Amino acid sequence: MTFPRFSDFSMFQPMLLWSDILIFILLFSLIAFFINLSRNPVARARWRHVFTTRIGSGAFIVIVFYVLIALLDSLHFRTALPPVEGSDGAISQEADGTVHYSQDVRSVLDIILHDLDSQDEKTYSAPFALYSFAKENQESDAGYVIRAFPRLEHGGKHIVRDEEHVLDIWVKTARAIGLTILPCLLVIFLHSAWRRRKPPVEHPLPWTVIYTTLTILVLLCGWVLNLSQYYHILGTDKVGQDVLYQSIKAIRTGVLIGTLATLVTLPLAVVLGIAAGYFKGKIDDVVQYIYTTLNSIPGILLIAASVLLIDVYIETNPEQFKLISERADFKFIALCFILGVTSWTGLCRLLRAETLKLSQLEYVQAAHAFGVGDWRIIFRHILPNVNHIILIALVLDFSAFVLAEAVLSYIGVGVDPSMASWGNMINEARAELARDPVVWWSVSAAFILMFVLVLAANLFSDRVRDAFDPRSVHGRV
Amino acid sequence: MSTLLQVQNLSVSVGQHCLVDDISFHIDAGEVFALVGESGSGKSVTSLAIMRLLSDGLHIASGDVHLVGQSLFTLTEAQMNGVRGRRIAMVFQEPQSSLNPVHTIGRQIGEVLTLHRKRSGAELKQDIIALLEEVGIPDAEQRASWYPHQLSGGQKQRVMIAMALACEPELLIADEPTTALDVTIQKQILNLLNELRKKRQLGILLITHDMGVVAEMADRIAVMRHGQLLEQAPRDVFFSSPKHEYSRQLIHSLPRQDAFRKAIAQEETPLLEMNNVCVWFAQRKGILQRIAGYTKAVDGISLTIGHGETLALVGESGSGKSTAGRAILRLIPTTYGEVLFNGLRIDQLDESEFIDLRKRIQVIFQDPFSSMNPRMTVREIIEEGMISLNVGGNDGKWNKSEREQEIRRILQRVGLEAEHLDRFPHEFSGGQRQRIAIARAIAVKPQLIICDEPTSALDVSIRGQVLQLLQELQQEMGLSYLFITHDLSIIPHIAHRVAVMKDGKIVEQGSTQAVMQNPQHEYTQQLLSAVPMIPEHV
Repeated sequence: MTFPRFSDFSMFQPMLLWSDILIFILLFSLIAFFINLSRNPVARARWRHVFTTRIGSGAFIVIVFYVLIALLDSLHFRTALPPVEGSDGAISQEADGTVHYSQDVRSVLDIILHDLDSQDEKTYSAPFALYSFAKENQESDAGYVIRAFPRLEHGGKHIVRDEEHVLDIWVKTARAIGLTILPCLLVIFLHSAWRRRKPPVEHPLPWTVIYTTLTILVLLCGWVLNLSQYYHILGTDKVGQDVLYQSIKAIRTGVLIGTLATLVTLPLAVVLGIAAGYFKGKIDDVVQYIYTTLNSIPGILLIAASVLLIDVYIETNPEQFKLISERADFKFIALCFILGVTSWTGLCRLLRAETLKLSQLEYVQAAHAFGVGDWRIIFRHILPNVNHIILIALVLDFSAFVLAEAVLSYIGVGVDPSMASWGNMINEARAELARDPVVWWSVSAAFILMFVLVLAANLFSDRVRDAFDPRSVHGRV
Repeated sequence: MSTLLQVQNLSVSVGQHCLVDDISFHIDAGEVFALVGESGSGKSVTSLAIMRLLSDGLHIASGDVHLVGQSLFTLTEAQMNGVRGRRIAMVFQEPQSSLNPVHTIGRQIGEVLTLHRKRSGAELKQDIIALLEEVGIPDAEQRASWYPHQLSGGQKQRVMIAMALACEPELLIADEPTTALDVTIQKQILNLLNELRKKRQLGILLITHDMGVVAEMADRIAVMRHGQLLEQAPRDVFFSSPKHEYSRQLIHSLPRQDAFRKAIAQEETPLLEMNNVCVWFAQRKGILQRIAGYTKAVDGISLTIGHGETLALVGESGSGKSTAGRAILRLIPTTYGEVLFNGLRIDQLDESEFIDLRKRIQVIFQDPFSSMNPRMTVREIIEEGMISLNVGGNDGKWNKSEREQEIRRILQRVGLEAEHLDRFPHEFSGGQRQRIAIARAIAVKPQLIICDEPTSALDVSIRGQVLQLLQELQQEMGLSYLFITHDLSIIPHIAHRVAVMKDGKIVEQGSTQAVMQNPQHEYTQQLLSAVPMIPEHV
């Protein structure tokens, strides 16, 4: 879907993919959630407890960092194509006044990464390499044809003599860190000075950890942005694309699949689970029947079949998908949906059991005795008391889905191959790891980025569970 | 008699906080020593300290414990394991959760025997059967191969005692051994303990909060409060001339058994009338879930409650008394029979017609911890019923500020403060919570309140206050109560009339004085004789 365009900005055409819309809806509902939360003193105290732990706040910052990258990568646009040769020049001066836009959908993140995607090499090259990883026929000065490693087209092209190479990396690293650490220290200094003027709070946030995490992330960004202008920091893949660029682009895929699929499971699990536990009888029978049936079908089989169905749909309706990215996006959302629909049963079971227990408690009976209606009882008495379960399942599911994407792409039923994703990178690594010498950087990059995200999400969910579990000390109401 | 256990200046603390503060006592062989106190007074911590079973965080700050002259605190952990179970045994409050449900009782007793006395084979089996017979399990040879769920609560407690006795310990620590049991069963267990200590010269440390049990069982009594030992005396001295003010309070916490409430004159139509009400639960079997039979929880009961009257519904657990209460509230549908409120038949109204009656009939539950949503403030809790039932002044609606005023008034009436409105239930003690529950019920201005064991989860001293409050409210608002309880000792104090229930049927009904002093039915006599009594000469 496309926005009506403004003639003044006709160089760019903003573009909203369906997944972009979803991610922004998600963002706004999250903001609304936190505003709502700040009004409830108990919930606020509990969340505060999550952030006063060192691991909690550190993991949260890392997650926010990933989400920010995903958000930047969700601001899409298309650039206008230069006028076709033969027409009389300036843009939007064609006979019918239309401008043609590139088939390439780009995002704000691409601009920040200063067009790493256009700096393709011919094939594999190692991280920071000057030379390609594969030999080529070259003509020597003397006119012979020799086989040698050719210089890369973009990576390290400013290096004149090979001996400068290592030194150059260190100099550039030092410069990048030096340039970024100064403003960091300044901000930290100003903030802690400002903080000292305020009266001390009872449970202070772990500022040392927050400063350290933020500084490390900023330093990393500065270093990556700086050096990636000169080198392929993580090398290039088979067709010469920058691996760093790919793995950063894959963040959006990972974060989105985690959140969207979780969001699909939530309403299904919550509505069906609570309905089964509260109304019992026939409704309970039906819900139990559905989830037992669903659970006994192998998940992968179900997902593979559904993905193939989506493929067929795309093939037979090409007119709905004019751009490659639109097609990839459709397939991606469908995948999130399928993942969500096939994995709500666990949470549903938990909620059913908990609701069964709660609905026998005396405060629910007391509400019945006061003539409170079923819906009101569910919203006021049941839902708030199963909230902790939902919250914990939500965060745990997130990391499970990120990993599931990798597995599904690996067996070939994951996201579209044109879309950068860690799963696709790992899939390609099958061939790369079988080569000799081994091409290790692609799979390592995917592994590290995925590992950090999932680890942060898991650590964070641990803290959330500690704070919200009624059985733990901090969660006790 | 020789001194069996000597506790000297024992202190247990968690961090800086002292849970048990410098207590000393001794127990002789063949003696029952009762440690009395309300919840949180440090009784159980003391017993765990003797066994060296304190949980992490709690530590023994000072003092020493000697078992027949040997200091227990100097033993190694391995040596201590030889003492636990072998020389000092323990019986806990909950027989249900103290037995492992997946092993037969014979095997569980046998485990202790093989461990400490190296028995095996036929000898082991003989010992198990002998033990079960000794604690009064009928048909012991067969029951040894039963699982815990096949036994009743009292039998499980007997099995627990058999396990404790398996190694012929010198000291038995019984931590509230009868609190979870019905009075008639309690009587049996107490008799059993008494017999055993005579036969085996067993020293018993009896931990309890029930003054009746103490009066029945103990040779010597020690009163604990806030970790301190207030008073120690032989039983007769203790009850005839208690030295400490708190001991006196505890003894008097049992209401007088001879002052009865007189029945009050009644109008023509009673407030509530139940005629032959049955609540049956269908038992379903097979794939098609056909009804194979019924569990008759309430089986044809008839009773009346007049205006401003309290009817006590008494019975042991499982007798169907709570179910009867819930059937009046329509939380459970009735199978047969009719329920009349002010002469109007109410058991067949649908939910929307019944809503008007929800204002008139309210309920107070037993457990003040689970009867309130932990995530709602006191204001929300009290307000919920007022809003949903549209309770107003004389002419219907209240606006927000009027309702707020009313909530504050009610809260003050039940003895809490208006500042408590924005707090959550967990910030209150058990007694205060029960006051909130009462406030919630009277907020909708009912005529009948069904009190389902409202005091059995409370400590004795608080129990009296809550009962007092209920009576005051009865006089002020002309309330009627259906008071469901298993605690016979409070009945003379609260009820005008009594109905005794057994197995879903009412076996006897009449004025309190008549039933208590001159019970007609055999079961009522049995119940009354099982209630442990405090000597009268106080």
